[in-house]
Amino acid sequence: MLKQIEGSHAMAEAIALCRPEVICAYPITPQTHIVEGLAEMVRDGHLNDCEYINVESEFAALSVGIGSSAAGARTYTATSSQGLLFMMEAVYNASGLGLPIVMTLGNRAIGAPINIWNDHSDAMSVRDAGWIMLFAETNQEAVDLHIQAFKLAEELSCPVMVNVDGFILTHAVERVDIPSQEQVDAFLPPFDPVQSVDPAKPMSIGAMVGPEAFMEVRYLAHHKQMRALERIPAMAEEYKAIFGRESGGLIRSYRCEDAETVVVAMGSVIGTLKDMVDEMREAGAKIGVVSICSFRPFPLDDVRQALLDAHRVVVVEKALAVGMGGVLASHVRMALRGHPTRVYTLIAGLGGRPILKSSLKDFMARAAAEPHYDVHFLDLKEDLVSAEIRRMDAVRRAGPIAENVLRRLGPNAQTVL
Amino acid sequence: MSKPIDNQTVKFYQTGTLTVGNRLLDPEQRTVQASAERTNAITCGHRACQGCGEALGARYALDAAMRATDGQLICVNATGCLEVFTTPYPETSWQVSWLHSLFGNAAAVASGVAAAQRVKKRPQVRVIAQGGDGGTTDIGFGCLSGMFERNDDVLYICYDNEGYMNTGVQRSSATPGGARTATTPAVGEAPGNVFGTGKNVPLIAMAHNIPYVATASVADLHDLEAKATKAMSIRGARYLHVMVPCPLGWGSAAHDTIKLARLAMESGFFPLFEAEHGVVTSSRAIRRKVPVIEYLKPQKRFAHLFKPDNPHGSEALARLQAQADENCRRFNLLRDEGAV
Amino acid sequence: MFQIRFHGRGGQGVVTAAEMLSVAAFLEGRHAQAFPSFGSERTGAPVVSFCRIDDKEIRSREPILAPDALIVQDPTLFHSVDVFQGLPDTGYVLINTTASYEALHIADYMARFPKGHAHTVPASEIAREHVGRPMPNAALLGGFAAVTGQIHMDSVKEAIRQAFPGKVGEANVRAAEAAYQHCLA
Repeated sequence: MLKQIEGSHAMAEAIALCRPEVICAYPITPQTHIVEGLAEMVRDGHLNDCEYINVESEFAALSVGIGSSAAGARTYTATSSQGLLFMMEAVYNASGLGLPIVMTLGNRAIGAPINIWNDHSDAMSVRDAGWIMLFAETNQEAVDLHIQAFKLAEELSCPVMVNVDGFILTHAVERVDIPSQEQVDAFLPPFDPVQSVDPAKPMSIGAMVGPEAFMEVRYLAHHKQMRALERIPAMAEEYKAIFGRESGGLIRSYRCEDAETVVVAMGSVIGTLKDMVDEMREAGAKIGVVSICSFRPFPLDDVRQALLDAHRVVVVEKALAVGMGGVLASHVRMALRGHPTRVYTLIAGLGGRPILKSSLKDFMARAAAEPHYDVHFLDLKEDLVSAEIRRMDAVRRAGPIAENVLRRLGPNAQTVL
Repeated sequence: MSKPIDNQTVKFYQTGTLTVGNRLLDPEQRTVQASAERTNAITCGHRACQGCGEALGARYALDAAMRATDGQLICVNATGCLEVFTTPYPETSWQVSWLHSLFGNAAAVASGVAAAQRVKKRPQVRVIAQGGDGGTTDIGFGCLSGMFERNDDVLYICYDNEGYMNTGVQRSSATPGGARTATTPAVGEAPGNVFGTGKNVPLIAMAHNIPYVATASVADLHDLEAKATKAMSIRGARYLHVMVPCPLGWGSAAHDTIKLARLAMESGFFPLFEAEHGVVTSSRAIRRKVPVIEYLKPQKRFAHLFKPDNPHGSEALARLQAQADENCRRFNLLRDEGAV
Repeated sequence: MFQIRFHGRGGQGVVTAAEMLSVAAFLEGRHAQAFPSFGSERTGAPVVSFCRIDDKEIRSREPILAPDALIVQDPTLFHSVDVFQGLPDTGYVLINTTASYEALHIADYMARFPKGHAHTVPASEIAREHVGRPMPNAALLGGFAAVTGQIHMDSVKEAIRQAFPGKVGEANVRAAEAAYQHCLA
């Protein structure tokens, strides 16, 4: 059913259609509207046979989820940013135990300095935690990915994290087709756990594993991710057969035929990039965009195939590996290893800095002339940065950087946007 | 204050203690452990140290809970000695459904297991979370408090050996003042653990007004079983705090575990009591109070307090005695219960 | 694509206004995207929200830098915020005020707009009369429908009713209708 609806509420409706049995969460912006929506549905009887548990921290939220999932209940939680870091130990534990929990990550920057706005720093901090990590381009896809996530998680007995850009998607009101209960029931079978704590059949879960077997247990976690490489595209096909929509999959290419420049990115910025590609194509540029939907497992082969014919690849990413550069760009270089394609790292949109189509076009137009081994920053206020560097070099007690930068920027620096 | 929990109709006092031999009781009054029908929740062959109080306490508590729930029990374990010595891969000593997640989240994981039972409409399946004092009074404290205030249907059992024994005997918030640990060595101006304000988790549990809080000790296993049994007869959040001496961490003889637990009890240093909905409903009276030094002296962790060249030793001993005296006053442990 | 930027203060329903407008466009079978300026704003702080309307899927996620129309819910913002940023001379402006452009010190600026593109409407007063409190957002949507012709008044009314079911919704519908008539006059 088509609705004009806030992304968070659309996701809440989709999650409710998946018949979750235990939902636990702790409030953190910008994820809150999703769990608020679910809490209301549990209270007003729209979502039956579901326990909604208010907990005292994100660490407890995922821990409750570990308990309920291990006891055989379909389990959902959501968080963002600092909340993800606060539950970090449980994030690794859930995947280590092979528990098919689904979690929404409303992507947001990590402090300090404290910042509530969108980027992908939180997601990148758990990239090796053993979760399957999917990124939604639109709120429609966010809805679809959640439904696929439960099925994928439970098939593989592996947790799945659905990444949605905080505010940009979670707080955007747009047209979303909410599936029917019949469609979801036809796609998603009841949860049949591969393991559960049950007095009828006692077993120990979470035993200590020493050097004699730890490698093998970790290998099997990797094996699950490799299986997911096959299951994710197959599942997107199965989804399309029932819901009539292309959603999910490993990667998607847009106008990459004969493209000399291919832009690679994840999440909601793909929309802006598609508009940019259309405009640049109209002006004669040979440019396309590849959207990475599955970041874990990372589809090295698919990415390589998609980029092999490009002259240059510009990776636009919303996270900075401090002291290194780009995370996604490193993955893309790995995919293209041995191939002479030039891969550019373009860090953009940190802490909610708007990613403007005009700025992106500027960079694409001059990319060929830019050194590709450096990290590039989109719309970095370079005068501000160099002034602060000069200050730090000149004065020992230079003070806190964030406050210095804000002071230099002045009270009138805030634009209307 | 009423009498302590007691399922004995006739009292048999032996050798100056309140323990009573099973053989002298009617079969239905004997301990769960005395029955061949016991679960053996933690079966033999685990790797606990000789004289481990925790292994003993956990076995009694869980077998009693298993009997009380007709075997419909799921057990969540915090990281710690109990978890490590029972499950070196690929062996497990657990004959109950058992789940270990992390050090600091046992109470929350148990809340999740309990939620799953509610949603699956299995009211007969009950949940116990358990951990040591580190996993309970320190790192797991937030999750514990959350489970309490939500009144989730979980019995949390803390096996308190007063330190981080699994990692090599470091101080926890349950370590007594003056005690030597690896992180509070018996050197310097003020040797041993600092005398802070203390952190009495049973009292904190009571402050949540949960239906049932009790302390127990491996010195009185009958009482421990009775309290575990009673706890399982109640719905909602419950807390059982069990003193379990640790020969390794305390520097005591393996054969002195029960004796030390008894001295802690009879000196007033570790009071046994029960509380319901935030109000103390019973305590175990001390028949013949012993000085705290009798409890402290056999433990190497307190040895420096007794050295004549330690200028602070006598002051520390006096403070520990004062703590025991305060327990006696607060829980009315020295009341006259009449001649037996 | 038609892009609208809303300026107001926290508590004035600025975000709700953009959302209601997007719902109105949706009801006409069009694509629409509404989103706030993502702050942790408190009551009284400057707030911006955005709405895009198009006949095809809206993919861009950037904030609206060059709006086709501006709705200003609080005229005191002219002192502190560059409200007109990016607005072309062919754009539309709707200002909630009882004051004249001269009194607001924007007369010179407003002179550039074609006839009928710039309006003031006493939306807070209209809202106080019909709704009982000075919540100008619904009334301004009525004004927007009259000034720009981008949306049918019936769609605006239905969107208001969906956002505020019951008596409050009907009161807001009356406020929107009053503002609509005010701007047509």
